[in-house]
Amino acid sequence: MPSDPLVAQHVLEFPGGYTRTTGPVIGRFLSELRGRRIVGVRTKEGKVLVPPLEYDPATGEPVTGEYVEVGPAGTVTTWAWVAEPLENHPLDRPFAWALIKLDGADTALVHAVDAGNPKALAAGTRVWPAWSDHPTGHITDISHFVPEVTKIVSNVRSEYRLQAGGALRVFLEGIERGVFLGGRCESCAKVYVPYRMSCPECGSAIGETLELPDTGTITTFAINNLPDPRAPQVPFVSAYILVDNADVPMIALIGDVPAHEVRQGMRVKAVWVPESERTASMSNIRWFAPTGEPDVELS
Amino acid sequence: MRDVAIVAFAQTQHTDHDTGATEPELILPVINEVKERTGLKRFGFTCSGSCDYLAGAPFSFVSALDALAAWPPISESHVEMDGAWALYEAWVRLQHGDIDSALVYGFGKSSLGDLRTIMTIQLDPYYLAPLGLDLLSYAALQAGAVGADRKELDEIVRRSRADGRSNPYALDLPDPDDSEDSDGFAVQPLKKTDVPPITDGAAAIVLAAGDLARELCSNPAYIRGIAHRIEPHYLGMRDLALSASAADAARAAGVGKGPVEVAELHAQFPHEEIVLRRALELPGDTVINPSGGPLAANPVMATGLIRIGEAARRILDGDASRTVGHAAGGPCLQHNLVTVLEA
Ligand SMILES: [Zn+2]
Repeated sequence: MPSDPLVAQHVLEFPGGYTRTTGPVIGRFLSELRGRRIVGVRTKEGKVLVPPLEYDPATGEPVTGEYVEVGPAGTVTTWAWVAEPLENHPLDRPFAWALIKLDGADTALVHAVDAGNPKALAAGTRVWPAWSDHPTGHITDISHFVPEVTKIVSNVRSEYRLQAGGALRVFLEGIERGVFLGGRCESCAKVYVPYRMSCPECGSAIGETLELPDTGTITTFAINNLPDPRAPQVPFVSAYILVDNADVPMIALIGDVPAHEVRQGMRVKAVWVPESERTASMSNIRWFAPTGEPDVELS
Repeated sequence: MRDVAIVAFAQTQHTDHDTGATEPELILPVINEVKERTGLKRFGFTCSGSCDYLAGAPFSFVSALDALAAWPPISESHVEMDGAWALYEAWVRLQHGDIDSALVYGFGKSSLGDLRTIMTIQLDPYYLAPLGLDLLSYAALQAGAVGADRKELDEIVRRSRADGRSNPYALDLPDPDDSEDSDGFAVQPLKKTDVPPITDGAAAIVLAAGDLARELCSNPAYIRGIAHRIEPHYLGMRDLALSASAADAARAAGVGKGPVEVAELHAQFPHEEIVLRRALELPGDTVINPSGGPLAANPVMATGLIRIGEAARRILDGDASRTVGHAAGGPCLQHNLVTVLEA
């Protein structure tokens, strides 16, 4: 589109900016900022004005020469949330403007608060200054304020060495051979897989192991959206699989099928890693994949 | 005190965009209109209000005088403020007693730049302007301090826009859409529909004193009270939920000495109307901003003068006998001027 010759851009600018004298009162405040301190000035009536003015706005009387360190923390009295910051704003991400009554002050300072989202702010929120790296004696030496620390994240990490013994060792030795081992309770006749040494229902000891097929039916499943190193991709499906001839389902991953096609009653079969790569570990089984058989009616 | 009355008022058909008219071209029709209404060609005193930062041109108000006929030399003054304060200066000048008429006008084209950031320049250069605190942000801070009911605010916007649509000089703005609620914030808690429209426009008023007022006009709107008060500039030194200066000005102007049929308030945001209504102690039956007010047309630097003009017009037209015009300046209603007009 050709530009209209009758329309022009016009800029009003004072290159380098105005040089302004601060006077002793504002100058003191800005000098203290350079030292990362915030001061107010006391009026004759004893109030502390922050930021300092030369005169008490209530009486017109000159302020005293007494400067008082305030803050650095303060309390938000009023705030407004800027979702789309302008170029001249102190922060380039959403932030709040706030009136902040610094501890020890009788008036409020106007500044920006980096609170992340508007729900993190309320009248009464405690805030602390974040200083610019190289204070020069300017109101922007306080880069912005941030909400007071009210919670921290503590990391927890301990290392352990686990050993598969007992029933698990028996089951995993079966997995290494490519076989699911289960056990039948002699007293209640329930078949459990993985193999276990006692029946959780009646408490009877389970002796003999039983070889079960590696096919089964999905009884229920969940679609997971957080990545897992063992899963084929995200989202992936974890499911309860009732292995054929067993009475309780076993949890495993489902693969080779889009997540949204997985359903209850779907027939599946274990996908084993090649024989040469097999170990006594559940990673022997990549996942269960659909067999293509008709679905089973679940009772 | 001399009797001083508003005898003529004219305003442009305000636009939401730059029509390309120069400032003299914007002013000329309203000057001509009040000259025609009064039959006056020359005035004892002339005073205007505008802000050079709107056009970004130093001394632009001087060239705007080209719309006036400034030869032979005239007695003239200017305030770098809303034209309402030019009216105050003219009223004071008329109290001197040696002249009987004054022309007052105000004008502004807020479409030329980004008004939101231009108004940052009016803030103090030590504590506020360097932060880039902008017009919507400090208005939103006041809205937060007022904490008004959202429904009440929406109703003010709806009423103002509806009144504006029936005012031929104001903009035709649609009813605010409720579906905008979710992402409709300009600066929270201000919604986009709470923001006054960018407007270009001008207005002119003729003041006349003593016998001249009645000679020029059958229903002069007499200024029975006029006062302005100002508060500390720095926002943190004030209680933003209140307007102590508007309350003081209203008392000094005598708003409460009689019924107020119509009040035209310079409320650019709906929460400002709530603050001002309380400060002026306006009775519940007072009609607020029947012109639509600044939420329907906001030609910055003429808006306040238009409020006084609209309040006067009710009396000039014979529709009311006692009205109030209010003008505001500075961040968050810092400076307030209240005029009581009577038939
Ligand atoms: Zn000529």
